Amino acid sequence: MNPWLHGAVYGAGLLGFMMTVGALASWYERKFTAVVQNRLGPNVVGPFGVYQPIADAIKMLRKEEIIPRDADRPLYLLAPWIPTFLVLISAAAVPFGGYYAADGHWQSTWLVADLDLGVLWLLAVSGLMVFPIWMAGWSGNNKYALLAGMRMVAQGISYEIPMVLTALVPVIAVGSMSISDIVAYQAEHGWLIWKLPGIGLVAFVFFYLASLAESNRIPFDIPEAESELVGGVLVEYTGMRFGIVLLSEYLHTLVASIVASALFLGGGHMPFLSAMLPWWTAPIFMLLKVGALFFSIYWVRWSWVRYRADQLMELCWYWMVPISLAMVMATALMVTGGWL
Amino acid sequence: MSGTTTRVNPHLDIERYDSDADLMALNMGPQHPSTHGVLRIKLFLDGEVIIKAVPYPGYLHRGVEKLLEKLTYVQITPIVDKHDYVSPMINEQAINVAFEKLAGVEVPRRARWMRTLLAEMQRVASHLLWLGTFVLDIGGTIGGGASLMMFTFRERELILDLFEELTGARFHYNTHMVGGNRHDIPVGWAQHVREAFTLIRSRIADYHQQCTANAIFLDRTVNVGVIPADLALELGLTGPNLRGSGVDHDLRRDAPFHAYDEIPVNVAVHGGCDSFGRYMVRMAELEESCRLVLDIVDNVPEGPICSLKPVKTPGHVKVAERRQVYVGIESPRGELGTWVIGGGAERGAAPYRCKIRPPCLHAMSALPYALVGHTISDVVAVLGSLDPIMGEVDR
Repeated sequence: MNPWLHGAVYGAGLLGFMMTVGALASWYERKFTAVVQNRLGPNVVGPFGVYQPIADAIKMLRKEEIIPRDADRPLYLLAPWIPTFLVLISAAAVPFGGYYAADGHWQSTWLVADLDLGVLWLLAVSGLMVFPIWMAGWSGNNKYALLAGMRMVAQGISYEIPMVLTALVPVIAVGSMSISDIVAYQAEHGWLIWKLPGIGLVAFVFFYLASLAESNRIPFDIPEAESELVGGVLVEYTGMRFGIVLLSEYLHTLVASIVASALFLGGGHMPFLSAMLPWWTAPIFMLLKVGALFFSIYWVRWSWVRYRADQLMELCWYWMVPISLAMVMATALMVTGGWL
Repeated sequence: MSGTTTRVNPHLDIERYDSDADLMALNMGPQHPSTHGVLRIKLFLDGEVIIKAVPYPGYLHRGVEKLLEKLTYVQITPIVDKHDYVSPMINEQAINVAFEKLAGVEVPRRARWMRTLLAEMQRVASHLLWLGTFVLDIGGTIGGGASLMMFTFRERELILDLFEELTGARFHYNTHMVGGNRHDIPVGWAQHVREAFTLIRSRIADYHQQCTANAIFLDRTVNVGVIPADLALELGLTGPNLRGSGVDHDLRRDAPFHAYDEIPVNVAVHGGCDSFGRYMVRMAELEESCRLVLDIVDNVPEGPICSLKPVKTPGHVKVAERRQVYVGIESPRGELGTWVIGGGAERGAAPYRCKIRPPCLHAMSALPYALVGHTISDVVAVLGSLDPIMGEVDR
């Protein structure tokens, strides 16, 4: 297929998928929270309240846009849209499907662009996420938003490091930065979470924690911290601009789950089953993994309290960064030693 | 623990920070989700570290003490319900005990036991609400804190149901009067109390599991908001805030009111002096109060519930000569004192002056000491651990 056409078709598909799931995620989270908290949750709009996100979106569209008088207008107006854009493009390099080709190799499919440097692309795009949050924090001319923006920059830059280092573990083990190669390796040699003894599991947990920190979820949601900073960078935003940032946060957790399941959990591959079942089961397995990780984010979110900013930095620099470094070196040694 | 800690200087001290640094003044509140109503705390920040904190209460001032001078003793009870709106039962008791002492009215033994029972039930309800809002403060309204708050509110509803069964009201009861109680215990109520409190007692272990056993919760509370014992005594802290600083003082045991002279209370003390110490004291009090309720409800003696006629004429209670009394009782937040001057020819049925001593106001005065050196995140954690109720602070 023409690569441009391929990109357009699959890109539109990914966009539609992400937007649908992003909207459904808010419904899912509210229902899940309701179960946790002995409540009913949304149950009026549609069956089991499933149309609630649409009603919320319409409500937000109709709300008054308030722009603070002393706001830095261009930055203020632009800031909410960038994270959504970045999150959407970051998932482009992840394959959602795949099958065993005739020669026994795993062939990854259902991806927008098979980038040779897919992991680098992911990390680069998620590294950019700090900028729009800082733009939002600065431009609103609000002290709470400013503090939240500074927290976000500190947190984002700090957790970038263990995230990059733990993402390097599968890259070194596989010897490729292409995500479809990493998935194919796992389909043929076993998932990396088990394949690397001990390291795989810890690297997966660290990568996942760092993604949680990047996407501002409890226990790492100090930039939002509504009980301290009254909503953080969102404090001056109203209407759809507020809604779009919330949507981007859902999408961010979704992308974190997608990437973690591709890098460590074998993407669309499922041991024993994939060899027997037809090609279209791979996206279903992928979605199951993503759903499980997504579920765990909300499970943690609705049962734990949050860290303080300085404790968060301590956790990152005292524990996660040194251990991640050690894991990268251990993986490299294993690869050069031929034990893998 | 006590006495040896160096005292924080609550005043902005030029020696203590880099004078070239830009300090940012941040008004936390009165419109802030975590200030327990309408407290304003003016923070001077160096980065995110607090250099100085000044609490400004007064946004909920209603002039209640002046209002009390215009009402008769009989009319005052429903007004004081609204002071500490988390434990209205004990507010009523405090003011009525003071009026009884002023007028020299005896309270029947059954009424005293019922008041003890209601006070302990209210203490459980109040501590449950405190636990929910405290975890809400440190855990986020969108997060684990909200889950625990829903759990504690589920239990608190049970107690409000019992109060509704007894008095007809869920919140502002108006069930106490000078000389005794207005509503007698209905048939079957004792069984409901037993069921509810057995359930609540069994669920306290869950709270411990979600908070005390949670490493993040410990990180957020241990050594945060330290109030040394000598400072606590100097500032007039009472109740769990004082006992959390390691001072063994409880009016229920040390100056018994109601029927506490017949009912022994195990006083919980924690030497931590920090948010965690205050948390542990309140959790222990939850357990102890549940035990007390289950003990008392089986042993309420028979007899009249009021020594005066239960009528509602405004001039029902009269004090012959001008006197003043002070009575302090142990509310869930500490010593809730009432100082009344009343009596005499021209003002026989209404107090001349009625001063409420709210425990929360004194707890507020610890904030400038406890907050300095912490970050903004800890402001709400410390404030929540002091359990302030603005309705009571400002009156």
